[in-house]
Amino acid sequence: MIEIEHLTKRYGSHTAVSDLNLTIEAGQIYGFLGPNGAGKSTTMNIMTGCLASTEGTVRIDGYDIYEEPAQAKARIGYLPEQPPLYLDMTPLEYLAFVAKAKGVKGQDRQRQLERAMEVTQIDGVKDRLIKNLSKGYKQRVGIAQALLGEPRVIILDEPTVGLDPIQIIEIRELIQQLGREHTVILSSHILSEVRAVCDRIMIISKGRLVASDTPDNLEKLFAGTAALELTVKGGEEAIRSALGGLPGVAGLSLHDGEVEGAAGVTLESDPPADLSEAVFRACAAADLPILRMSMRRASLEDVFLELTAGDTPEPAAGELEGAEKPEEESELPGGDGPEQGDDEGGERP
Amino acid sequence: MTAIYERELRSYFNGMTAYVFVAFLLLFAGIYAMLYNLNNGYPNFEYVLQSMTIIFLIAIPILTMRVIAEERRQKTDQLLYALPVGMTRVVLGKYLALLTVVALPCAIMVLYPVLLSTFGAVSFRTAYGALAGFLLLSAALAAIGLLISSLTENQAVAAGLCFAVMLLLYFMGDLSSFVPSSASASLGALIIAVAALAGAVRLLTRSTPAALAVAIVGEGGLLAGYVAAPDAFTGLFGRVMDGLSVFERFYTFADGVFDLSAALYFLTIIGVCLFLSVQSMEKRRWS
Repeated sequence: MIEIEHLTKRYGSHTAVSDLNLTIEAGQIYGFLGPNGAGKSTTMNIMTGCLASTEGTVRIDGYDIYEEPAQAKARIGYLPEQPPLYLDMTPLEYLAFVAKAKGVKGQDRQRQLERAMEVTQIDGVKDRLIKNLSKGYKQRVGIAQALLGEPRVIILDEPTVGLDPIQIIEIRELIQQLGREHTVILSSHILSEVRAVCDRIMIISKGRLVASDTPDNLEKLFAGTAALELTVKGGEEAIRSALGGLPGVAGLSLHDGEVEGAAGVTLESDPPADLSEAVFRACAAADLPILRMSMRRASLEDVFLELTAGDTPEPAAGELEGAEKPEEESELPGGDGPEQGDDEGGERP
Repeated sequence: MTAIYERELRSYFNGMTAYVFVAFLLLFAGIYAMLYNLNNGYPNFEYVLQSMTIIFLIAIPILTMRVIAEERRQKTDQLLYALPVGMTRVVLGKYLALLTVVALPCAIMVLYPVLLSTFGAVSFRTAYGALAGFLLLSAALAAIGLLISSLTENQAVAAGLCFAVMLLLYFMGDLSSFVPSSASASLGALIIAVAALAGAVRLLTRSTPAALAVAIVGEGGLLAGYVAAPDAFTGLFGRVMDGLSVFERFYTFADGVFDLSAALYFLTIIGVCLFLSVQSMEKRRWS
């Protein structure tokens, strides 16, 4: 649906986006994740034709955004970081203007206006001046204008910035609703937001795409060795002899347990594997009661920090290639096959 | 383009801008008509129009300062860039709305010669010819204001710059008579003018090569021309200033002559300013 090839944007000597390659498939919610200044907004502005790239191409449904801008832009609805609203108009007037400017005519215009206002739930404020609306409603009006023209792709740049917690939840629900009929691309630097809303996450750092996968796969991808945390009632020797020889165990360490007479145990497996059943059986056989057992996994925060930390202008080749070509992601440690990744991505959070 | 035109027009009339502009012009038209035509008994409505041109020094900056600058400040220009319509249509839509507003007082002033004819003989042909020239002058000045508004996102800067340009254009004809007419003085003045133009190009495009190209071609051309035909430079700077005097062109209409070359001059100014406005908008996409 959207193909970006070798996209580069330079502002003088500063490179905002560097040789970015990615493909957006239809019917999913994508999240652009990256710290401030990573190049998310620049990429989105280029994708929507608001900004010209220094090098590279962007194609929307096969239409080049610079060669055939009218066809390409007709397939995109865009909400910039600051909603482009005319404050002296009412939402109804504003949306009618945008629909007309997008070339929506006659009864179709009326139908689309009603649908956009219904989906974004701004019916109740449609006759009030936009300047008098709350920030949450202004954001809704901004999203409503993006829906006009029935674009296949909706691009939302930081759609929840500056909203209060209730408004954030409402906008997230709205985005999930939009994802049922449109391909949605949103940018954010808030991890919980993309985790909650997006089917696939693209992490951008210093203008480069450093990872692209489902949230779950990203966590697995960067989990490294999986670790099992236990609290086992029994002596140190008995625990070591019961668990140390289990197949797949790469490391065993003991520390003081939280309960008297029990020890804290950390079991690492390599390759990453779920040892919980084998551990249960071994402890049961050795009469070592398990008081607590949990799997420690890398969170999305860990993935994000690992990928965007420090000055890493040149990401590992595997990461970049994996990011560009989902089918190669399965070859990375802990990664699932593309089919599984896609299936997982298809589920709504 | 229609959508942009309607929105712009609505914004002029939602606020006070259009009403103030029209009222301001009509107020002065009324004052001058009373002074010239009623009190002093002149049958020439064109004298009224000629005296009114000074109002454009204030009225045009106020009317045009927000046209594009405000879009940039409010970030609504991103909507315009993302729309599936070209920037030429956007600028044309905005200009046509502007033209509608500046044409409104002219449309009302169409009645003045008719009213004056009830007191005596009025030459309708010269009066309406001058009114057409007045409309063309308004349209050209509005296009200049639109261009200036596209260069900045600060309305106050746009208004100040526009006022300075209007002032310069208004007094250009008078100033030209104070310019030394010797060939060497003209060359010196033109060299400074080209250097200033190159500086403006650098400021607007942030492109040093483009500014250098303007400077080298301009200064080189002047020096080559001076070497080849120094006599041609005698009084040249004054003639250039005369050529740039937009208001002077209108005075031909006020003198009762419908000057087609002046009409073409105004239309050329409109075309050039709109073209540059589109380029100014496009430049932002590429910068």
